Amino acid sequence: MAEKKPRNRVGIEADRVTDVSSTDFPGYYPGEDHSWNLEKFQENLKIHIEYISELNAEFDLIGVDASIANAFRRIMISEIPTLAIEYVYIENNTSIIQDEVLAHRLGLIPLKANPDYLRWFKKDDPDFEPTDYDTVVLQLSAKCTANPNAPEGTTDPKLLYNNAHVYARDIVYEPQGRQSEWFPEGIAATNPDILIAKLRPGQEIDLTMHCILGIGQDHAKFSPVATASYRLLPTIDIIGEPITGELAKKFRSCFPKGVISINSKGEAVVKDARKDTVSREVLRHPEFEGRVRLGRQRDHFIYTVESTGAMTPDEIFLKSVQLLKKKCQILRKFNLAA
Amino acid sequence: MAAKSSGAHPDSSFNDLLQPVYHGKGLSDPIKTAEDKWLLLPAFLKIKGLVKQHLDSFNYFVNVDIKKIVKANEKVVSDVDPEFYLKYLDIRVGMPQRKEQNSLNTNIHPHECRLRDLTYAAPIFVDVEYTRGKKIVVRKGLEIGRMPIMLRSARCVLTGKNEQEMATLMECPLDPGGYFIVNGTEKVILVQEQLSKNRIIVEADEKKGIFQASVTSSTHERKSKTYILTKHNKIYLKHNSIAEDIPIVLALKACGIPSDLEILQLVAGSDLRYQEVFSINMEECAKLNIFTQQQALEYIGSKVKTSRRPMSPRLTPLQEGIEALANTVIAHISVNDLDFREKAIYMAIMTRRVVMAMVNPQLVDDRDYVGNKRLELAGQLLSLLFEDLFKKFNQDFKTSIDKVLKKPNRTSEFDALMNITIHSNNITTGMNRAISTGNWSLKRFKMERAGVTHVLSRLSYISALGMMTRISSQFEKTRKVSGPRALQPSQFGMLCPSDTPEGEACGLVKNLALMTHITTDDEEEPIKRLVHVLGAEGISTITGHELHAPGAYGIFLNGTLLGITRTPIKFVQRFRSLRRKGRVSAFISLNVNHHHKAVHIATDGGRICRPLIIVEKSKSLVTPKHIEALKEGRMVFDDFLKKGLVEYLDVNEENDCMIAIYEHQITKNTTHLEIEPFTVLGAVAGLIPYPHHNQSPRNTYQCAMGKQAIGAIAYNQLQRIDTLLYLMVYPQQPMVKTRTIELIQYDKLPAGQNATVAVMSYSGYDIEDALVLNKASIDRGFGRCQVLRKNTTTLKRYSNQTHDRLDGIKKDQEGNPIYKHAILENDGLPGVGEQVVNGMVYVNKQVPTNASDSMLGTSGGPTASADDYKDSPVVYKNPEPSYIDKVLLTASESEQPLVKVLLRQTRRPELGDKFSSRHGQKGVCGIIVQQEDMPFSDSGVCPDIIMNPHGFPSRMTVGKMIELVSGKAGVVDGSLQYGTAFGGSKLEDMSKILIEKGYSYSGKDMLTSGVSGECLQAYIFFGPIYYQKLKHMVLDKMHARARGPRAVLTRQPTEGRSRDGGLRLGEMERDCLIAYGASQLLLERLMLSSDAFEVDVCGECGLMGYNGWCTTCKSAKNVYKLTIPYAAKLLFQELLSMNVAPRLKLADAF
Repeated sequence: MAEKKPRNRVGIEADRVTDVSSTDFPGYYPGEDHSWNLEKFQENLKIHIEYISELNAEFDLIGVDASIANAFRRIMISEIPTLAIEYVYIENNTSIIQDEVLAHRLGLIPLKANPDYLRWFKKDDPDFEPTDYDTVVLQLSAKCTANPNAPEGTTDPKLLYNNAHVYARDIVYEPQGRQSEWFPEGIAATNPDILIAKLRPGQEIDLTMHCILGIGQDHAKFSPVATASYRLLPTIDIIGEPITGELAKKFRSCFPKGVISINSKGEAVVKDARKDTVSREVLRHPEFEGRVRLGRQRDHFIYTVESTGAMTPDEIFLKSVQLLKKKCQILRKFNLAA
Repeated sequence: MAAKSSGAHPDSSFNDLLQPVYHGKGLSDPIKTAEDKWLLLPAFLKIKGLVKQHLDSFNYFVNVDIKKIVKANEKVVSDVDPEFYLKYLDIRVGMPQRKEQNSLNTNIHPHECRLRDLTYAAPIFVDVEYTRGKKIVVRKGLEIGRMPIMLRSARCVLTGKNEQEMATLMECPLDPGGYFIVNGTEKVILVQEQLSKNRIIVEADEKKGIFQASVTSSTHERKSKTYILTKHNKIYLKHNSIAEDIPIVLALKACGIPSDLEILQLVAGSDLRYQEVFSINMEECAKLNIFTQQQALEYIGSKVKTSRRPMSPRLTPLQEGIEALANTVIAHISVNDLDFREKAIYMAIMTRRVVMAMVNPQLVDDRDYVGNKRLELAGQLLSLLFEDLFKKFNQDFKTSIDKVLKKPNRTSEFDALMNITIHSNNITTGMNRAISTGNWSLKRFKMERAGVTHVLSRLSYISALGMMTRISSQFEKTRKVSGPRALQPSQFGMLCPSDTPEGEACGLVKNLALMTHITTDDEEEPIKRLVHVLGAEGISTITGHELHAPGAYGIFLNGTLLGITRTPIKFVQRFRSLRRKGRVSAFISLNVNHHHKAVHIATDGGRICRPLIIVEKSKSLVTPKHIEALKEGRMVFDDFLKKGLVEYLDVNEENDCMIAIYEHQITKNTTHLEIEPFTVLGAVAGLIPYPHHNQSPRNTYQCAMGKQAIGAIAYNQLQRIDTLLYLMVYPQQPMVKTRTIELIQYDKLPAGQNATVAVMSYSGYDIEDALVLNKASIDRGFGRCQVLRKNTTTLKRYSNQTHDRLDGIKKDQEGNPIYKHAILENDGLPGVGEQVVNGMVYVNKQVPTNASDSMLGTSGGPTASADDYKDSPVVYKNPEPSYIDKVLLTASESEQPLVKVLLRQTRRPELGDKFSSRHGQKGVCGIIVQQEDMPFSDSGVCPDIIMNPHGFPSRMTVGKMIELVSGKAGVVDGSLQYGTAFGGSKLEDMSKILIEKGYSYSGKDMLTSGVSGECLQAYIFFGPIYYQKLKHMVLDKMHARARGPRAVLTRQPTEGRSRDGGLRLGEMERDCLIAYGASQLLLERLMLSSDAFEVDVCGECGLMGYNGWCTTCKSAKNVYKLTIPYAAKLLFQELLSMNVAPRLKLADAF
């Protein structure tokens, strides 16, 4: 082979993926030293933030091993404590949604509340009494009545009846004890438009909810993220002769928009490999055989964190780092890491 | 070209067509029909509905047949009083009404019947004319009984109701109807398949060299089967009522054809081969010295099996012979004024068919051919039943009036109507009992049929629908012939090739295809006249010579010869054009059989037929113009029929036709065009996406499993109180639909969810079709279902004025309800929404201690004290708690209070629950995995289900793979895709969408392992597949026991989960232990842990004693204690009771 393949590449072939595992240990490649050392790690570690919004973030974590990157992902999904509705006390429910289903639906509503102020509610202890330190109380009551001022001839239930639809915004927060200090902005659903139930005249929902801290491992409703995942940075190498003319146009069409551009010489050049979705379309065409090498950078992780709204995505990621750190400390404390 | 553009712009396309030359095509060039000719199918279903065969049949019975029955039995006369008569003038079936006379509103709707265990029935009214004294009285609107009404039939309150009106009646607009509600249960009369009546079937037994023609005659009075068969190359007539086989020539002579020449001509015509084969029979008759009709009749009369009633006078052999020939042999040909000619010709034709088969053994009929079968529907079965009951009713009425009329002088003038209403209950109960038990016993025909009706399965919408299209066969299930079970080519388009059960009933239980119609009886008389008008020569004027002359074709109406024609093709063409013009019923079929030189016209009911587009001069008569009109609602299906663009063909007529599937396949011989090829499948098989890519048995498996899928059942599902109801909490319509799904509106009542599936191996808990489920998906509601179970309690009234009652709550010292009564309210009924835990009471019923004797004198008065009642509560027995969903307190038809409690469980999927895709690929959940451990794609999607790829190679369900690709394309594109059979979204287009959206064309994605965080080394086939949750759940099946109840008789552990039974160590397990020599284990399993019993055995006599005393030897000496199985002890005692003395010989073991 003419040119040497970079060591941190995952190979994308037409029918398989090669070199998926990291090789950063001594003696993998004869004569090369890829063993881990702190200085090199410090030098290589980079974080680049693509964008951050209230609910979404995309950022790059470069220079770590897949195991570390995956640990953050896993912790974000399943181990960051979040507040969610766990106990529903139904006073009255004459809607067509059964009590269990209604409770299940309520549980899945993401709540905007800082979980740091709360302590764990001990579920296993039957004598454990809920206090303001561990339980947030919410109320929901809605009663549907016919709307006497409904416009003539309408069939829209929202106009015909009052409270025909019960939304997450109808949930009322009832501060207990010192909670009004801790949550001055109150606690509410992050998305007020979540439909909980539909009612018709004469139907009524009246219930009290207790929210507690939990983690995603126990139930998906405690997960602070809709999903958190990463992908590896795609690489596209045009090898050998440049691709020109009509072929270049075809080459460009094999990738999503903006990945390949055609320069002034009419040659196809890689503009932004990051935008590639790795559809491997180019590998299907025999005319590009041997002209392009696809790959992904094994230590470049492009994270996407979608928050449910309980915390900002950066907060979630930082918490995952903290949690991982805490775990390491525990291991070290008991000398388990040896 | 023109057609394609016509779809979008009707006007421009029309203008284009008006151009003399357009895109190189002239005006006279064939025009392509719009691709949308399938739109005729929804138009067809809109008019006919999915269960039209049941409704049509019932409507025909209620409107037409019932009147005919009454007409045939219209007069009741008395044996005693010759003056008396009662004549039925008319009969009507009213609209369903409440039975209770004193209720405010007599209207009743089906849902009330379901809830209150009532029968949805309507009164039958008659108009009568009878004599009262010397006067003739006419009385109108007399109720003689109640008829259960088929839902959505002409007599049902639901017909013609729109969705909103249906909702106010608490009825589901998607429910197909076609069933009855009897005592609160929904009953379906399945379609019965049988050999056609009144038609000649020729069969051969090659081994024995026997040929026989048989005909099952069926009239209103009797059913009988007549055979004409060969015995040693001679032909005989055989009938059950005649003891001996009658030589055929003799039989024909008895029918008034004394001349041998005429017999020969009638049977063999001028064909020398036939004459040769037949002539031997002449000798047979001559040997018996029978030459005249009288001699022949006397001969037959002497062979008739007589089973006369003792009262009637003895008949001479001549009379017997006439009687037998006129009424029992080939009974459906009636004999007027002793003119047997028609019957003789019929017999001669049967004989000819036998002779033809003898000469050419290929000329036999196929019993399994669909054209030789008739389907019996609810209406026909009910009419048989009603006629029987009506006759009995009249009989009872007659005997009861005779009883009165016998009295010489009556105090008051006798009014016969007083007696008629007494028996009205017989009709009501007779109908109800037959439908609710399914036992059809008709005295007239000595018919005893069980299992005619079935409870409508409400497991899912599809199971209910599938039941309505089911056809059960009369063949025995045990017979080991493959013929009736095999898929017949003639079933094409009529019966679904996929939907049949596996195992025992395989191929015997069938289902109707989507676009079929079953005919009802049509009038024969107008057709008879028409045949003569169209130039047929009547049979009264023709002889055998003309009948079988070369070029002459017989015209048969429902199997009976009407006349002959020399231009059969022309005759058929003219007849068909009349039918297409609507001059005769559209369901009359006619076809030419060149082998038999016959034109067959069929007007009888029970033939399966289907609509096809007519092609004339190589052009489809349905043009884009018509489709456009259909789309705009200017035309309905019946207009197509009336205009002669579309016609119904039955199986026999299909044989005369050349049917093109697609328009481009039309050749100059084509006569018809298929409306849409996917209509060969039935409603249930229509759910499968891309079924034409699957191995055929997989489609059959899915047909069985689709009926077990949990989903939405009906719009009124939460109003219903069924014995067992499975509902899915969040059902979804499939990403990949089919046209059939839309037509049967499965997308409105779906049973499944679109799961994101990764086809890969994971964890080893996925072997043998096990599935890996994502826990987060389950948390979010995937596969969540509800099980609703009913409990019915009636509060009975007893003859001594006592009745069951509900008691309140028992309280402890502190005034709190005791634990068992925690969920009860003061009326003894549970609170709605309460949780019921094992052991709790949810209906606190009490029964009187004394329910048989008279109460007088015992407790003194109506105020019953607490002692007079004992508790008989309904206790919840199930380790899993339930919630009270509904409590209904009402009264049944017998006015007894009725309590129905509906219990609800909500279940999330767990290990061992059964799931299946729509391709016969079932699997149980093998492991539930945390979301973070699941592999994920670049976009962060992780699968709901991981399926092992080993499920594919041997099953060859390619359709499932295409479903995944189409589904994925639909998801990324935001559209629903179609997987319609022989059509649907093309895989190529789907791949194109995937590429456009940045996915691999193959549907395979690059995934990252959730466990290690590294990329997976293979690309994973990843996308949505519609998954059904099946009703088999671990929670209902898991069972284990250490100690528990034992059977009373044998003291061995009980059997079965419902009785908390033991787990049996069976013979084979026992054999293993014996072979292994584990004697102590064997002893423990079979005796100690089962029914060990200590007995005292006397060493002296070997019999068993007790308390260390031998009662036989009267001594305590030599009595030893022995442990034996209780069952063994029981055996010894039972033997003793039979005078066998089993003696135990005791010896030291070691």
